[in-house]
Amino acid sequence: MGIKWDEFFITGDPLILGSQIAILLTMIGAVAAITYLKKWKYLWTEWLTTVDHKKIGIMYIISAVLMFFRGGMDGLLMKAQTSQPEMEFLNSQHYNEIFTTHGVIMILFMAMPFLIGLMNVVIPLQIGARDVAFPQLNALSFWLFFSGAMLFNISFVIGGSPDAGWTSYFPLAGKEFSPGIGNNYYAVALQIAGIGTLMSGINFIVTILKMRTKGMTLMKMPMFSWTTFVTSILIVAAFPIFTVALALMTFDRLYGTHFFTVSGGGMDMLWANLFWLWGHPEVYIVALPAFGIFSEVIATFSRKSLFGYKSMVFSILGIALLSMVVWVHHFYTMGSGPAVNSFFSITTMAIAIPTGVKMFNWLFTMRKGRIKFTSAMLWALAFVPCFVIGGVTGVMLAMGAADYQYHNTLFLVAHFHYVLIPGVVFAVFAGLYYWWPKMFGFMLNEKIGKWHFWLFVIGFNVTFMPMFFLGLNGAVRRAYTYSAESGFEPLFLLSAIGSIILAAGFAVFCYNIYWSIRYADRNISSDPWDARTLEWSTASPVQFYNFAKLPEVKSLDPFWHMKKKNEGLTLHDSEIEEIHMPSNSWLPIYMGVIFGIAGFFLVFEWHIAAAVAAIGIFAGLIIRSFDYNEGFHVTKDEIHRIENAWRKTEGEVHDHVS
Amino acid sequence: MKKMLLSLTALLLLLVLSGCNMVVFEPQGPVARSITELINWSLIWMLLVVVVVFGLFGYIVWKYREKPENMDYEPPEEHGSTLLEIIWTGIPILIVIALTIPTVKTLYALEETPKGYEEKEPITIHVTSADWKWIFSYPEQGIETVNYVNIPEDTPVLFKMTSASTMQSFWVPALGGQKYTMPKMETELYLVADNPGSYEGQNTNFNGRGYADMKFEVLAQTQDDFDQWIDDVKDTAPKLTEDEYEGLLKPTHLGRLTYSNTHLEWVNHADPNSKAYTNPELYRGHGYQGKTFEEDDNYKNENANVIEGHGEGNGHEESEENHGGDHHGH
Repeated sequence: MGIKWDEFFITGDPLILGSQIAILLTMIGAVAAITYLKKWKYLWTEWLTTVDHKKIGIMYIISAVLMFFRGGMDGLLMKAQTSQPEMEFLNSQHYNEIFTTHGVIMILFMAMPFLIGLMNVVIPLQIGARDVAFPQLNALSFWLFFSGAMLFNISFVIGGSPDAGWTSYFPLAGKEFSPGIGNNYYAVALQIAGIGTLMSGINFIVTILKMRTKGMTLMKMPMFSWTTFVTSILIVAAFPIFTVALALMTFDRLYGTHFFTVSGGGMDMLWANLFWLWGHPEVYIVALPAFGIFSEVIATFSRKSLFGYKSMVFSILGIALLSMVVWVHHFYTMGSGPAVNSFFSITTMAIAIPTGVKMFNWLFTMRKGRIKFTSAMLWALAFVPCFVIGGVTGVMLAMGAADYQYHNTLFLVAHFHYVLIPGVVFAVFAGLYYWWPKMFGFMLNEKIGKWHFWLFVIGFNVTFMPMFFLGLNGAVRRAYTYSAESGFEPLFLLSAIGSIILAAGFAVFCYNIYWSIRYADRNISSDPWDARTLEWSTASPVQFYNFAKLPEVKSLDPFWHMKKKNEGLTLHDSEIEEIHMPSNSWLPIYMGVIFGIAGFFLVFEWHIAAAVAAIGIFAGLIIRSFDYNEGFHVTKDEIHRIENAWRKTEGEVHDHVS
Repeated sequence: MKKMLLSLTALLLLLVLSGCNMVVFEPQGPVARSITELINWSLIWMLLVVVVVFGLFGYIVWKYREKPENMDYEPPEEHGSTLLEIIWTGIPILIVIALTIPTVKTLYALEETPKGYEEKEPITIHVTSADWKWIFSYPEQGIETVNYVNIPEDTPVLFKMTSASTMQSFWVPALGGQKYTMPKMETELYLVADNPGSYEGQNTNFNGRGYADMKFEVLAQTQDDFDQWIDDVKDTAPKLTEDEYEGLLKPTHLGRLTYSNTHLEWVNHADPNSKAYTNPELYRGHGYQGKTFEEDDNYKNENANVIEGHGEGNGHEESEENHGGDHHGH
């Protein structure tokens, strides 16, 4: 195979050397700590092999927080480099790699798993199910995502990171202009993670269609379930396009085909089209569940049901439909002609209509309500003005002719950060503060939460607001430096200062998790927010079978009405029946590891090794098809014991009646 | 909270608007001006949206906040209001229509000679972007420049753009919007400068290590100065040879260069069948190196000149001249 060991590890940069040492020490530290605490068995049986949707969700969220840290560090490095003109902190190559990994990691390895994690935790509970439709497939989804994410993350210390932007435009990303293996990481790691996401999409569609509890018709589903459902459909519609595009990219880079090359009759714009055919729906794949989270949080803390539920549902469907027919707005400047650009300008601006409907519905949900400013609600409130700025600049960008002046400038960068940070990051923070007690049985500290909130929101605005004006003054994206004569310096500096405040906000968030794990009150009710949907009708943290008796739904906001009418809250012994649950499985993590190994070999173009590793993948598939494990039954006694333990506590609405 | 946000936004706005003048709002020609007008039109509507939503948001959040006095207030059951929902669906539709009409008009206008300049004979300049420089060919005048382009004022200039390597984007914000340059394809862009002056142009589409410095100067001159400059170049500038040209295409930064002929004599990269000059070996550097592939139509094929045009409307003189070259199968 001719391994070039001298090129294997990235050397020569103190930042990267520091990271290599830090990674090594962290790994040694983690292994040592687990061994010392004798937690290997616990880790293996309770987490690594679990098929429980709640634990899988928590693992998604932990990964997402770690990736947030990594992507955030990339962002800070970029901000440091551009804080002064002609700065020599990072060289061009290093900067290019950093903005590429920042984009990929934030979208695919932070936003996606954060939301999919929350979906995993919440959706089966919200629809009154005991797990997702395919629990083992769900674990496989997670491990494939994790495998892809880790493979992508090691690129900067082993072999070199991708450096063609998160869009990876051809022909730049091809072998003709990027002969290093960095972009192989992009093609292979995203493929592995993408397979996992596609499976999640299928899993949630089936779960939501087939596993809703008695009485929960589609139009009685909570809004987060609706948005998850529509997002899953979008995933299934859009991700195969990316799968194919990445496969073609892999062929081009590894085997010398000519799909997107300059030589041999390739067509580079085909990549741009395929990428955005997936890439634009992808934006809505992360935004829609976020809208769902805001809907839940705003309704709960205004103590009102969602205003205009039906029009909300139709808006989501409208947004999803339109999101598939707007991809060309990412490259109006390709010269497709005025007719094409006019069409896509109109479809893109049309997205503002359903989004506006949602915005007004949220505002009117709060009207006549009693708004409680919890940390979760603050995130939802800050979302409104920030997202409006992102939205109106989006409409400005949608106008094809005007876009000729905004395209590829920092105006665009500011716009999509104003959409994605309020629209996704604020949402996952809101969701995390909101559902944290449901996941862990204690709350995140509200006071520290408010510090987190203010630092983050102010930092966000100070970081990205100046970029609008920089862009209008001709500052382009992805440039590692600028001249002193350009006059960009004050705003770039302001933006860098903002990013420090933003980072401080994130640090406070991490501290809040630490503080709450150590000191938070464990004695809280299963419904600390006086909430409205079914997930709050069971224990916190949720028992592994979710519901001793599957709830029956009669209206929207079912739990709210159950509390109002005081029905369905108690559990009689006669109602307890044995519960059938799926068994743990080592196959998903095995598949993740094998996919990671095969992927790693493929990245380095060691084809024979990759083929050998791929045999392991087929072995896993074969083992799975002869897997006759039917799961296990939870006995009545055990259910009785578990239910008594939480229902009998003081202040609990669910008094156990025996 | 919203107050702080608002005042922060206002502060930033003030800081920015007083601090610097933004190039997009200071158009120096009719093309850029038509886009600025469109942007200003959209800004009015967007400002209206912002004011309405922020106002409503501030009012609702303030009025219905939880207070010690209203802890026993139980919000009413409310499911929606058809009338309100029709209003906030209808008004955005009207706004979108108000924005669509001028957008479409401008989109079509930008593809043609700018209004008011129809009777003026446009001059054509071929733009070829390469890593990381801009090559300008004046086929009518028979000269070629690198990293700067001189144009006569008040004259429509038709840029016919292509790329010899990666995809780039040609942008002179003071004069007009941008458009991509792509290998084996041609895009067109009209620009006009009102007055003599120097305007910065640059690539906006990321294309590797040298991207940030891929800039050029557009110098608008009076017609006399322009003619004089053309004559000077013809008299004094050297001739570009094909070998030298291949040297230019290597991934480098170059200063300004001037030649008294154009590379269109032997290759037009816009031709879908033109020779590619890609050479991965020149891009080696960072990280673990992968396998690269032999191509029969790139730099390695010394004899492969421009291959017969296949009648894509792109058949130009130079391919006629080179009919003697090797014919390559695809």
